[in-house]
Amino acid sequence: MAVSAATMTVASLGPGAARIVIAGDVTAACEQALMSAHEKASDTGAKLIVLDFSEMEYMNSGGIGMLVTLLVRGQRRQQRLAAIGLTDHYRQIFELTRLDEAITLHDTAESALAAR
Amino acid sequence: MSQQDDSRPRDAAFWAAKVDRLTVADAQQKHGYNIQGKRIAGPQQGFGRLWQRTYSVDLGSAVTPEQLVADWRARFGDFWPKTGRFHGSVTSIQPGDVAPLTAGGVTTGIMVLYADATSFSFLTPEGHMFAAMITFSGDLDESGGTVANIRMLLRTSDPLFELMWPVAKRAEDVFWPGTLTNLAAAHGVQDVAVSSETICVDGGRIWKNWRNVRNNSAIRTVWHTVSAPARSRRSARVTP
Repeated sequence: MAVSAATMTVASLGPGAARIVIAGDVTAACEQALMSAHEKASDTGAKLIVLDFSEMEYMNSGGIGMLVTLLVRGQRRQQRLAAIGLTDHYRQIFELTRLDEAITLHDTAESALAAR
Repeated sequence: MSQQDDSRPRDAAFWAAKVDRLTVADAQQKHGYNIQGKRIAGPQQGFGRLWQRTYSVDLGSAVTPEQLVADWRARFGDFWPKTGRFHGSVTSIQPGDVAPLTAGGVTTGIMVLYADATSFSFLTPEGHMFAAMITFSGDLDESGGTVANIRMLLRTSDPLFELMWPVAKRAEDVFWPGTLTNLAAAHGVQDVAVSSETICVDGGRIWKNWRNVRNNSAIRTVWHTVSAPARSRRSARVTP
């Protein structure tokens, strides 16, 4: 089995919101780690999950597939997903794949919270 | 001597550049009528249930993942069974390529979203039977052998295609194992067993996307075919 080269850290963003900091190389090998982080964030009652990509170093198409799966899991729990910390390169990939239509893009966690 | 640009992400060369609408190359226009000007439609733009499907074949030590994917990218359409035609470029598959294809008599296409040394991925355009991301890869197994994988995350695009899903699923279960069998044979591996796995990731349908039916490539292919004589007459009148 492929080894994940990414780390996922969950932090609270106040009532009803949580941040998952995604660091390292994002590939399909990270799926278990990301889904566990999502579980942990959901356990806090978060209805807004902010994915922080500011420490992401690499992503392949498996990473995009994993985000689609995460999106479905979030929708099942009536959660909204937002992304922050994307460079122009990754922002364009979100737009190309039309993930930005389902995961809202923001510059900061504060703006993601304000858009709730 | 060139210097590496440290600010450029390591994966930058592997991704297609952003486009709003797909453009078909001149040489492929004859088959490109169902993708020219269309938008990309990933799984979230589809209608039906979300499926994750995987087909795999063990190639052992016959080829490395890098050799396998280089050959797969260079001769992608050659490995398809006769029920499909890939009208892609004659050169290797590259990020951003847009290629028409015909499968089961329906003309549609794909865009190459991503391609690196051991994998490449396609996204489908509006109107394709599936709103999907499909990844072809060569991976190492625990024993160091090479496994060829086709992984797809897909929803049917509209209610009509959702009704056809049981038939389409069976057709896919013939087509992709056929592709992997041909790929294995090209690398000297005969009598392979192709394994498959299907997981329903989301049993819900995205009803707001029912209007995707206006782009349905099966309907548009039929219309394109029946209207061909009228188009010929029109072009004969215009040509002096």
